[in-house]
Amino acid sequence: MRLTERVLDTETDKPKITAKGVQVYYGDTHAIKDVNVDIADKTVTAFIGPSGCGKSTFLRCLNRMNDTISIARVEGDIRIDGEDIYDKRVDPVQLRAKVGMVFQKPNPFPKSIYDNVAYGPRIHGLSRNKSDLDEIVENALRRAALWDEAKDRLSQPGTGLSGGQQQRLCIARAVATAPEILLMDEPCSALDPIATAQVEELIDELRQSYSVVIVTHSMQQAARVSQKTAFFHLGHLVEYGETGKIFTSPEDPRTESYISGRIG
Amino acid sequence: MTDATANTAPTGAGQGSLLIKDSRTAKRNGAEGRFKMYGLIAVCIGIAMLILLLTSILTSGLSAFRQTTIQIEVTLPEEKLDKSGVRDPEVMAKVTTFGYAPLLRDGLEATIAANGIETELSAKDAAELISDESVAQLRNRVLRNPDLIGQTVSVEVMASGRIDGFYKGRVTYASAERDTNISPAQLQLAEALEDKGLLNTSFNWLFLTAPDASDTRPEAAGLGVAILGSLYMMLIVLVLALPIGVAASIYLEEFAPQNRWTDLVEVNISNLAAVPSIVFGILGLAIFINFAGLPQSAPIVGGLVLTLMTLPTIIIATRAALKSVPPSIRDAALGLGASRMQSVFHHVLPLAMPGILTGTILGLAQALGETAPLLLIGMVAFVREYPEAPWEGGLFDPATALPVQVFNWTQRSDPAFVERASGAIIVLLVFLLLMNLTAIFLRRRFERRW
Repeated sequence: MRLTERVLDTETDKPKITAKGVQVYYGDTHAIKDVNVDIADKTVTAFIGPSGCGKSTFLRCLNRMNDTISIARVEGDIRIDGEDIYDKRVDPVQLRAKVGMVFQKPNPFPKSIYDNVAYGPRIHGLSRNKSDLDEIVENALRRAALWDEAKDRLSQPGTGLSGGQQQRLCIARAVATAPEILLMDEPCSALDPIATAQVEELIDELRQSYSVVIVTHSMQQAARVSQKTAFFHLGHLVEYGETGKIFTSPEDPRTESYISGRIG
Repeated sequence: MTDATANTAPTGAGQGSLLIKDSRTAKRNGAEGRFKMYGLIAVCIGIAMLILLLTSILTSGLSAFRQTTIQIEVTLPEEKLDKSGVRDPEVMAKVTTFGYAPLLRDGLEATIAANGIETELSAKDAAELISDESVAQLRNRVLRNPDLIGQTVSVEVMASGRIDGFYKGRVTYASAERDTNISPAQLQLAEALEDKGLLNTSFNWLFLTAPDASDTRPEAAGLGVAILGSLYMMLIVLVLALPIGVAASIYLEEFAPQNRWTDLVEVNISNLAAVPSIVFGILGLAIFINFAGLPQSAPIVGGLVLTLMTLPTIIIATRAALKSVPPSIRDAALGLGASRMQSVFHHVLPLAMPGILTGTILGLAQALGETAPLLLIGMVAFVREYPEAPWEGGLFDPATALPVQVFNWTQRSDPAFVERASGAIIVLLVFLLLMNLTAIFLRRRFERRW
């Protein structure tokens, strides 16, 4: 039952996100029980664990998406860059411009590819004129490794792309607003292996600029892609540390059961 | 079900030869076949009813779109119509239809003589072939074109109701014997005129444009005022009910907190949709006419009452359309940092638009055919004047509505009005059909593109 908290010694010494004593209730169900974790900047952090253990719920706390669920109640202290994101003065809309999210099932808007990517910058007023916007869209699509495939079909609907391309479009859309943190909720679970490989390569590049938190069902993916891993089980954060260590010599027996396939 | 094989193993469902039909399958197939038959019979009954309805309406109403007319030469003498010689319409207007009636009579007499038709009827009796309405029509024509005075013009006059009825099968020689309004000799004259090519039956535009007419002139009765009245009311309903309904729906769906008050509101909206329409009529009478003092018989009051009636329908249709938008789109928008309003107006609403439009048009089509509330607010009046254009205050002028006109005409004794009422029903059905087709077209056009 003890949680393992490691002191961070990665590129930046101050953690990007700090969470202390986080509890989440869905009505009467206690979904997240007393989680403490520090997420580093310019790092990929993976949340792993069996189904229903709360990793997606906790992820959604980080950009206050749980606010949209009326029966959800979040307690505890979650800070980004030292500021409490649940403070009354914080506007969730502004927060979500800083913390982008990519969902499990690709959900491009039924608009053109260009409008999909341009939507975020437009509503946040990030561009002064059309050529600025064009540049932002191109940069975002390049970062998402979609520019070559999309540059001749920018005005076609985003929903006409293949599954993998749609997910990369969603990633392009999320990075177009120049967030500092990128949250990804099982981004590859609906994709085929080739598309998965492309997205994983993408994540590796993205971590040079953003702090990426990825929830994944696949331990192999976590091992390939992340530098730090957190193992969740039944709403608790059981173990958190360097990815290599978690997968080779975990400290908690439950972690060990999970990674060797005996549970989950 | 199985062959007589070993009785140690449990018998499964698919045992035995596939080529032999087992009884259970046969029974199931039989039940399914019977059910298909019942369904087919039900559909056929429905279609038969529809065909029966349409046939009866079309047979009695299509003749309303045709009108019998007589071509006569009328002399317009100056000394009777405009002694002053100035051709001032205001002065000329002092000559009423009393002055024009003899002109038509003389004109008919002259035409009969000129074409060599023999008849025992006096000029006065012969003139009964012409509708009284034609006198007013001639007068209007002369007032509009004063330079016709002094000339002999060719006028196509409407035949009277009985003559028109003769050519539509309502009046026969046998019935004319007993009828005080028409005699067999007059029918003979009509036939003689027809032989000379002076009398024929053609499409009746006046049916759609003329205002209502008195009981004695069914041939002149038209739907002009009714169509305008219905149009104005539909306009009001569209302009009021659509924004209010959509706004209320968006609020209830996206922004309202989930508590008892909201639940109460939602239950009541569903109840309102089921309230009998005549109750809205009483409400309209009490609030709009008695309390607010709006004029009776005005399209504005009718429009307001119909708005209240259509609002629940639009709210319910809009909510269903909003609910059908997948939450993933909303989540995507929120995840990018869009506010609730931005996600609703930029993403949810455009996707819900087809459903909203369909619901609105269906609500409008329903409102078009409503009679009961309009009766209570006084739109049953006999209105001869067209209401003005809406921007000239026409919404406050007295008018009537299509379904009310139908009701009105069925109350009158002359059988010609039955034909008119059926014709009006045909016009109403055509409008409803057009609105429904528009709804279907719009739905197809804006169909979700994923």
